Amino acid sequence: MNPANYLYLSALLFTIGAAGVLIRRNAIVVFMCVELMLNACNLAFVTFSRLHGNLDGQVIAFFTMVVAAAEVVVGLAIIVSIFRSRHSASVDDANLMKL
Amino acid sequence: MENLIGLLVASPLLGAGILLTGGKRLDRVGHWLGTLLALVSFALGVALFANMLGKDADDRGLHSHLFTWVPVGGFRADVGFQLDQLSMTFVLLITGVGTLIHIYSIGYMEHDERRRRFFGYLNLFLAAMLLLVLADNYFLLYAGWEGVGLASYLLIGFWQHKPSAATAAKKAFLVNRVGDIGLSVGIMLMFTTFGSFAFADILPKAQEASTTQHATVTGIGFMLLLAACGKSAQVPLQSWLGDAMEGPTPVSALIHAATMVTAGVYLITRSGAIFNAAPDAQTAVVTVGAVTLLFGAIVGCAKDDIKKALAGSTMSQIGYMIMAAGLGPIGYVFAIMHLVTHGFFKAGLFLGAGSVMHGMNDEVDMRRYGGLRKYMPVTFVTFGLGYLAIIGFPGLSGFFSKDKIIEAAFAKGGTEGWILGCCALLGAAITAFYMTRVMIMTFFGEKRWVPDADGHEPHPHESPSSMTIPMIILAFGSVLAGGLFSINSSFVKWLEPVTGHSEGDSPVSAGTVTAGTMVALVIGVGIAWAMYARRSVPAVAPRGSLLTRAARRDLLQDDFNHVVLVRGGEHLTRSLVYLDHSLVDGVVNGTAASVGGLSGRLRKLQNGYVRSYAVSMLGGSAVLVAATLLMRAV
Repeated sequence: MNPANYLYLSALLFTIGAAGVLIRRNAIVVFMCVELMLNACNLAFVTFSRLHGNLDGQVIAFFTMVVAAAEVVVGLAIIVSIFRSRHSASVDDANLMKL
Repeated sequence: MENLIGLLVASPLLGAGILLTGGKRLDRVGHWLGTLLALVSFALGVALFANMLGKDADDRGLHSHLFTWVPVGGFRADVGFQLDQLSMTFVLLITGVGTLIHIYSIGYMEHDERRRRFFGYLNLFLAAMLLLVLADNYFLLYAGWEGVGLASYLLIGFWQHKPSAATAAKKAFLVNRVGDIGLSVGIMLMFTTFGSFAFADILPKAQEASTTQHATVTGIGFMLLLAACGKSAQVPLQSWLGDAMEGPTPVSALIHAATMVTAGVYLITRSGAIFNAAPDAQTAVVTVGAVTLLFGAIVGCAKDDIKKALAGSTMSQIGYMIMAAGLGPIGYVFAIMHLVTHGFFKAGLFLGAGSVMHGMNDEVDMRRYGGLRKYMPVTFVTFGLGYLAIIGFPGLSGFFSKDKIIEAAFAKGGTEGWILGCCALLGAAITAFYMTRVMIMTFFGEKRWVPDADGHEPHPHESPSSMTIPMIILAFGSVLAGGLFSINSSFVKWLEPVTGHSEGDSPVSAGTVTAGTMVALVIGVGIAWAMYARRSVPAVAPRGSLLTRAARRDLLQDDFNHVVLVRGGEHLTRSLVYLDHSLVDGVVNGTAASVGGLSGRLRKLQNGYVRSYAVSMLGGSAVLVAATLLMRAV
């Protein structure tokens, strides 16, 4: 099977994720879209690892998973505490950090 | 003997301290205390003088170091006194005339309820003036210089309830400040050039320094000249002296005739080494002197106020001294000699004027006097002797001292010598004219008295003996001093070790100069006789020629100052304020406004919406990736 197809899929997933981050207001959905982008990157790394015949890309994919897991922990905690205080999970409602 | 020098200054200072802080309980004895302490100072001066006479001519200097006043790193100002022949001359003049005027003031200020304060100020003046002439460094001299300025201010404005006196005091103070700035800048220049304030460190090195730093030494000379102009009322800082006559007459006699106004002559003579090394500054000094001696004389001719006529004369006589001091070693001694004789006769003349005013209900207009010689015989005789002395009548003080200055002016040599000599001769003629005018209008002719504003008819009478005795003593000084100084050139020999002296090479002989002076004297007296004795003096001043009218207004000095300095200053400050508002503030405010506007626009990027930040991150990353790829492709 042509490895380029994996890269097309990866680009497609990344675009969907990025569009989701930019468009959706619900924090949980935005969060899931971020995961989608990360995993699209993982797919690209693994594909390149296969193409070049070394393990670098795979190692980095594992790193990404670890980072993503840590990010989920912190991110969900923030979202939950925002929801508790503001009774909303919309990212547009959390707009206090401005001049 | 050294310890006595400090006491000389301390005695009147103590008097000032006691009298000014003692309060009303001293009102009954204050004037006696003040006079006593002035007398103590004079006695100490005489004792030191006797001691000095007993020594060799080259070994007469006494030095007394009291303490270091300001020790900061390389900067060291001492309080130390130096008593040499030059200082000694001044000490005797200041304390001697000062004591006489204290005695005179006891009678003159008898009816003034603030007499104690007056004597306190007089003592303060004596202390400051002695400090000025005894200081062994410029820093301490400056303290004395400011001290006499303060005392002068306080005494001119002594009758502060009169707005004219208060204004005159302020004017004197402010004009003196201009000169004081000159002195302080001069002292700073001396410190940077020589690294010290002491006369002993500066003066011997002046000649050497002028070879390497000629411009600096000349600059110091000009600054000292500016200082002398302010204190001695020389053109262009002369405008305060006429108004200073608002003060009580003893003050005019002591401060504004005999002593303080001669401080400029002292400064120039003391700093002679600097002027000798800076010929340009010397030229400026003689120019100032020559201009002022004519300026003051012309003003003196037109004034009807007896004190202001004498003030013009003071200005003119100090012009003679400054000119002589500017001539260098050929003139220093004669400048000081004229200073001393002038101290006698001018103080005597002012005291005489005070005595006349005392008997005439404080009338100062000479057109309201006339025929007073019958009513005030003592005043007439003493004033008359002072008059003969100032016009240079042969045998009296002024004859010897003024004649020597005119000789020295010719001895300067070249065209300069001729110009200066002729100015001095012309000045002598004008002096004879205006003093004869004062004399005739006051003591001769018919009575022109009128009742004063309250309807009191004046009853001219002789003054009490406390006033006449000082006048008599000063009259003796006016008659004898010049002759005593000239026997064997004793005064020249006395001062020569300090100031140096050289006989100039005069193109005209001494006899010719004396003859010229006599001709000038006869012409001046003759014109005055024809104008004021042959004809009756009108009680109201006639309109007069253009020059007379200008001279009545002090040759337009105040108008000049008003137009050039006051208006000019106003315009300058206004334009500077405009420049400040438009240019400086414009730049500052413009920068602030543009930064503010820009940041206001940038602020809109910080809208708090996470998604808009995400867009800018995505856009930025895209640009970075595109740029990286583009760089690779190139």
